[in-house]
Amino acid sequence: MGELPAASAYLSTSAVLLGLTLICSALIGCAWARFPADRDRRIVDIDDLLPQTQCGQCGHPGCRPYAEAIADGQPINRCPPGGQATIDALAQLLGVESLALDPEHGTENPEISVAYIREDECIGCTKCIQACPVDAIVGATKLMHTVIIDQCTGCDLCVEPCPVDCIDMLPVSINGGQGVASSALLATSNIIAHRHPGQALRELP
Amino acid sequence: MSRIWETPGGIYPPANKRQSLSLPIDYPQLPERLVVPLDQHAGRPCRACVEVGQQVLKGELIGVVDGALGAAVHAPSSGTVTAIEPRPAGRLSGRPARCIEIATDGLERWTRRPCVADYRQMSAPQLVDRIAQSGIAGMGGGGFPTAAKLTPNGLPPIATIIVNATECEPYVTADESLMRERACEIIQGIDILAHIHGNRARLVIGIEQSKPEALAALRAACAKSAMEIVEIPRKYPSGGERQLIYALTGKELPSGDIPANIGVICINVATVYAIKRAVIDGEPLISRVVTVTGGACATQRNYQALIGTPIKHLLRHSGVNNNRLNQLIMGGSISGFKLPSDEVPVVKTSYCILAPDIDEFAPAPPERACIRCGRCAEVCPASLLPQQLLWHAKAANHQQLEEHNLVDCIECSACNYVCPSHIPLVDYYRAGKVHIDAARQVKSNAAQARQRFEFRQLRLARLEREQSQRRAARRSAAVPSNAPRAPVARLSSADIIAAAQNRAASKQPTVEQTLDKLQRNISTLQNRLELAEQRLVAASDDPLNKQNSLRAAVEGARQKLQRAEQRLTEQAHG
Repeated sequence: MGELPAASAYLSTSAVLLGLTLICSALIGCAWARFPADRDRRIVDIDDLLPQTQCGQCGHPGCRPYAEAIADGQPINRCPPGGQATIDALAQLLGVESLALDPEHGTENPEISVAYIREDECIGCTKCIQACPVDAIVGATKLMHTVIIDQCTGCDLCVEPCPVDCIDMLPVSINGGQGVASSALLATSNIIAHRHPGQALRELP
Repeated sequence: MSRIWETPGGIYPPANKRQSLSLPIDYPQLPERLVVPLDQHAGRPCRACVEVGQQVLKGELIGVVDGALGAAVHAPSSGTVTAIEPRPAGRLSGRPARCIEIATDGLERWTRRPCVADYRQMSAPQLVDRIAQSGIAGMGGGGFPTAAKLTPNGLPPIATIIVNATECEPYVTADESLMRERACEIIQGIDILAHIHGNRARLVIGIEQSKPEALAALRAACAKSAMEIVEIPRKYPSGGERQLIYALTGKELPSGDIPANIGVICINVATVYAIKRAVIDGEPLISRVVTVTGGACATQRNYQALIGTPIKHLLRHSGVNNNRLNQLIMGGSISGFKLPSDEVPVVKTSYCILAPDIDEFAPAPPERACIRCGRCAEVCPASLLPQQLLWHAKAANHQQLEEHNLVDCIECSACNYVCPSHIPLVDYYRAGKVHIDAARQVKSNAAQARQRFEFRQLRLARLEREQSQRRAARRSAAVPSNAPRAPVARLSSADIIAAAQNRAASKQPTVEQTLDKLQRNISTLQNRLELAEQRLVAASDDPLNKQNSLRAAVEGARQKLQRAEQRLTEQAHG
């Protein structure tokens, strides 16, 4: 008989806690629905994870539009430049299952390339300038154009409009471009290769 | 005697310095080719300002600073530039560096040297500029441009100048031999530094107790000045910048800060010597003292080597026995790194080339698992947690690495030295640092691309908007043909005539205007007449019909002029 009051206390406590939980989750749910600013913040967070190549391979005209589409429920696996790392980060941010990259939108290429214009072949048509999503090509009508390598995201969008096919996508050199980071990563393997030389363990004469 | 604060951690490896100190500093023969990297300092590599085939003089500027931070590069000897291309370089990353190769002509012809009779007459900015022009960068291994170090912007005035003469790394004796032989010049260099900072800063030379001869030489050289020479107990790494500042001032440098933030400048003794040579002798930094040591060398000693000297040239001088050579190491035995080849050149930061004998170095045993003994944490001079760092570095967990202050690791390799599992911890930390830097670079590139993309979107939207506005404006301005006309007010004929007369009257010019206009007209016609007459005279040999037409032109011009003069007289009188 002595156990009964304890059991009822246990039950009532659980009921109170359950009630609190329900109320809190209802409040949170209301807040979620009431404040659309939350969507904006989510878009910014998603946009932060995207690689900002603005290549449009996802089917949207830039990274921000794709971020908006993801916030509205589109699949997260349509960004080939970001690759698996970006998909995983997005999955973690949104609390969803990670997916493999959708091959319909392209394949992941670990080597970063940037655009180079073969300048003596350029006829100055400005078509690539209009195609560049980050204004990384300079030039004027009937004058030579050139790519600001440091600003090129390697999106590839200038290659197709060129009427004389004078734009090449080349792997970044060791001296600059957005590929600084990737070449730094390459250097890592060298560091590991240059293992600690060993030690002189005794005093020599 | 100044107080000395005890730094945490540290190890006591065998010093092995005596071998290379028995002989004085030697000047090796001029090598046939010098390979001068454009990237010998912290900051962006220099830009070559010479061309292949160009003749250069000793001390001539060949690489200019490109960017905010850098140290100029000068030709170490006279000769001809034979190549500007990437070459293997003695860098930790193992990546080749862009180098200027000079075929020396053996004449050692100097460029003009801006010698200074009395540097005390020069202002601090002039002196700093002189140091910047001389391309001096930290010669203790850091390679930080010295001029930038001496002029910290917006920071408290420098209260203490510390000269780092500890040279705690085993095998390395470059600074020690410099102090033994050239103490007076070092003291002059320190005087220049003091002068730059208004002679107000406390001057301290921190030197390890294990160098009695160097200590005596310095003491003798600075007997009359207010410099303090502080002996520090032997320990590795007592010569780390943070460690030395703490040992001498008791001030701990906050993570991520530079010493100038706490009013301290810490400068290597070889750099001080280079400052003296630059200011008083007008010599840019084109050579340095480098120790060539190790059991495989027949003679172990220090060389005053030109920057760009291939190390195999020095090794040949030292009589290295290639059959007994274990490996080639740039730097000392603890924090040095293996060199990819003996083609790499001596640079501003190379203080030692170590060529150990086969038996001298225990080969690095295979790496085993960490047994969490904690000895690495005991010896870490930066009081970090090496085991945790290793754990997170292996997992590539950048956030945790940053939270465990990986950035404060000075890569002294004391942890490697004591690790019973022979784990090359520092290699993992270096890789981690590179990864973190790379991730940061990717992030900043992405932010820039986003900004440019958004700006472009805004611009395109604005252009679109403006165009549609212009179209709308044009559409409203053009009256369609079928639209009803605006009703015209009915006027009587008298009103219309009056309005026309008013308009005419308002357009009537004044007398002065008319006269003025006629005067101008006349002068123009006079000019024209003169011109026509000249042409007629000039054309006296031409065919008759041409002469006739010219004559007609003269006549026409004369008549026009007459008419105009007539009108003028009429106007003036009427």
